[in-house]
Amino acid sequence: MIEDLKKQRNEVWREELRKSLKNKERIAIPRVKMPELEAAFRSRSYDEVNRGLSAKDALREAKRCLDCPDPSCINGCPVEINIPKFIKNIERNEILEAAKTLKETSALPAVCGRVCPQEKQCESQCIHLKMKSEPVAVGYLERFAADYERESGSISLPELAESNGIKIAVIGSGPAGLSFAGDMAKYGYDVTVFEALHEIGGVLKYGIPEFRLPNTIVDVEIDNLRKMGVKFITNCIVGKTLSQEDLHNEGYKGIFIAGGAGLPNFMNIPGENLSGVLSANEYLTRVNLMGANRKETDTPVFFGKNVAIIGGGNTAMDSVRTARRLGAERAMIIYRRSEEEMPARIEEIKHAKEEGIIFMNLHNPIRYVGDEKGRVKQMILQKMELGEPDASGRRRPVEIQGAIETIDVDMVVVAIGVSPNPLIPNTFSGLDISKWGTITVNRNTLQTGLPEVFAGGDIVRGGATVILAMGDGRKAAAAMHRKMKCG
Amino acid sequence: MNQIVKKVILSENVVKLEVEAPLIAKSRKAGHFVIVKTGKYGERIPLTIASADIRSGRITLVIQKVGKSSRKICALNEGDYITDLVGPLGKATHIERFGTVVCACGGVGTAPMLPIAEAMKKAGNKVVTVLAARTKELIILEEEMKCFSDEIIIMTDDGSYGQKGLVTNGVEQIINREKVDLCVTIGPAVMMKFVSLLTQKYSVPTVASLNTIMVDGTGMCGACRVTVGGKTRFVCVDGPEFDAHQVDFDEMMLRLNAYKDYE
Repeated sequence: MIEDLKKQRNEVWREELRKSLKNKERIAIPRVKMPELEAAFRSRSYDEVNRGLSAKDALREAKRCLDCPDPSCINGCPVEINIPKFIKNIERNEILEAAKTLKETSALPAVCGRVCPQEKQCESQCIHLKMKSEPVAVGYLERFAADYERESGSISLPELAESNGIKIAVIGSGPAGLSFAGDMAKYGYDVTVFEALHEIGGVLKYGIPEFRLPNTIVDVEIDNLRKMGVKFITNCIVGKTLSQEDLHNEGYKGIFIAGGAGLPNFMNIPGENLSGVLSANEYLTRVNLMGANRKETDTPVFFGKNVAIIGGGNTAMDSVRTARRLGAERAMIIYRRSEEEMPARIEEIKHAKEEGIIFMNLHNPIRYVGDEKGRVKQMILQKMELGEPDASGRRRPVEIQGAIETIDVDMVVVAIGVSPNPLIPNTFSGLDISKWGTITVNRNTLQTGLPEVFAGGDIVRGGATVILAMGDGRKAAAAMHRKMKCG
Repeated sequence: MNQIVKKVILSENVVKLEVEAPLIAKSRKAGHFVIVKTGKYGERIPLTIASADIRSGRITLVIQKVGKSSRKICALNEGDYITDLVGPLGKATHIERFGTVVCACGGVGTAPMLPIAEAMKKAGNKVVTVLAARTKELIILEEEMKCFSDEIIIMTDDGSYGQKGLVTNGVEQIINREKVDLCVTIGPAVMMKFVSLLTQKYSVPTVASLNTIMVDGTGMCGACRVTVGGKTRFVCVDGPEFDAHQVDFDEMMLRLNAYKDYE
C-alpha cells in the first residue's frame, strides 16, 4: 500500500507538478470558500445549500496541496482514499482521472464529499494545520470531482474482476451495505442487496435532508452499483420476509448485515407521547423519504410554528433546519450542554445559525404539557450549567436548582440518538449481541460469531457516521473476500 | 409490486383483497401485519393479514375506508398492483392451549382476528367469538369465523342482526356463564378500551391487538408508540399485541388523531 503510494507519487507528471509551484506559493493561496445559497432564501427552500466549487476555484484549491511524501490525510480517511493523487489530478485538470481515483476506494464519492465530517478526518491531518494555515478543502474537491464526472455523462465504472459466481447477500442498503456491495462486485461476486424500505439508500434517503444531500445524487451512485452488477431487492426484510435459512437455501455463501441503528431513543419524560412530539427519524422520514412537504404526496406532516428540537447532533441540525424550511417561525435547538460540546458538524451549526435557528444551549426538557386534544402546547425546561468532565470527556451538564423555564411549542422533535434495530438480532440465530443491542464482531475482520456472516455500520457501532459505515463495508468486504479465497 | 387477484366488497366501507405475495404468505403467522403503499407518492400504512394461502402464494387483506390512503387502496381493482407491500411485521400471537378463549371483534377488527381464532382453535381451545358492529351490514366474515369458532354471538348497536347491544354485552354474557381463560380483542381503540375495562373487572387475562399510525413498521420511526404498563412501547416491533389491562387507550386514541387536521 505504502509502496504503491510512493510509486504513484514518483510518476513523472506528479514530480513535474510539484516543481511547477513552490511550496511557499502553494501555502500562500487562501483556502477556497464554498459558494452557498443566501440564508434568507434557502431557509424557505429545499434546494441544496452548498453549490459546489467552480472549476477555476477547484483548480486553485488543488494547488494548495503540497503532495506530501508522507500524506497523513489518507490515514484520516476511513476508506483510505488516495487523496494527493486525486487532488493532483484536479490540479493538472484531469478531473475524470481524479474521479476514478476516488472510486478506487470509495463507492459513494459524491455523497462523502457532501456529508463527511472532513474537519475531523482527512482535513484534520493536513500539513497546513502544522503551519497555522487552513487545511486543504479535501471534501469540497472530492465533491467537485464526483459532480464533474456525473455531469460530464462519462461515468467510469471501476474495474471488475472476472465473475466467480459466488452469491453474497447484503442486508440493508445504507452506506455500509452499498460500500460493501461495491467492493464485493469489484472482487467478482454476485451481490444482492435486500432493503426493508421501498427505496434504496437507507439513511442517505430517509435521514439526510435534500438540502444537504439531494436524492438524485444518491440515485446516481446506486445506479453505478447496478451497472457493476449489484442487484437490489426492496420491500424485503431479512428475518421476516426471508429467513436466515431461506438465504442459505438460495445459495448465499456470505452475508453482510448492515441493518443500521433504526430505533429512536426517547427521554422517557412526562408528556413525551403527546401528539406533536415525534422522533427525528419519524420527522425526517416523513419529509425526506415520503416527501410529506410536497403537495402531490399522501403522507402528512406537522407544520409547526414554534418547533423545538431536542439534541445537538447532526440529526438535530437536519431536523431543525427542516422545520425552518417547513415554515417554523421559531425553530429552536434545545441542548443540555454548550455549543462547544455539540457533536454536530461545525458547518451544520454555522448553516443553522445563518438560517435563523435559535440555540437554547444548557437547557434540558423535563416535561411536556398538552392541550385538551392531547397535542403538545408547552415544554418545561431545566436550565443547566457545566460541571466536571464525564466519561465522554465532555463537561457534564448539571441542573441549576430552581431554574425552570416554560416555553410555548406546537411541535417537538426528539433527536437524542438511536439504538440498534432489534429486528435482525432477534431473528438471526447464532449472533453475539452486546448489552447495547449491537452485534459483536471481530474488530479486524468484522466477522460475527457465525463464520459466513459479517456485520458493519451502526448495527455494530450503535450510531456513527456515513463514512465510518462505509469504511466498515470496505473492511468487511476485504475480509470476506480473503476468507472465500483461503477458506 | 404485488398484483390484486381478487376483490370482494364486504360492506359499504370495507373491501377484501387477495394479493399475490408468496414470500409473505409463506412466512406470516397469526397476528402479523404488512405495510402497504399505493402509488409513487402514496403513504405507508399498516394493514393486518386476514388469511394467507401458501399454495397459491396469496394473502388476504381487509381494508376499511377511513382516510385518504385506505380509500385509495379500496379503489384498486382486480389486476391492479399494490406499489409496495412489505411484511410480515410485528410479533406473532402467542398461541397455546388456554382453555376457553373469547375473541371479541369490533367491525373490521374481525379480519385480523380470523387467523388468531384459527390458530387458537387448532391449538385445542374452545373458541367463542363475539362479532359486533353498528348495524347488520357491517358484520363481516361471519361464515369464515364460524369455521374456527365453537360459538358465535352477534351484537349490533341497532339490533338489526343478532342481539341488540355492544361487544361488551356479548363478552359479559360469556363470562357470566362459564370460565374464560383468555380474551382477545381487536377493533376500534374505544371498543378495546371498554372490553379491557370489563375483563379487568372479572380478572380475565386480555390481549388487545393495536392498530396505530406507523411509517416504516420496523421500529425506525416510533410513530406507533403507546404506553403499556407505564412504559413506552413500539406497536410495530414490541406488538401489535399487548396485555390490554396495561394499555393506555386514552393516550392511544389521542395519538391516532394526531394527523387528522393535516391529511
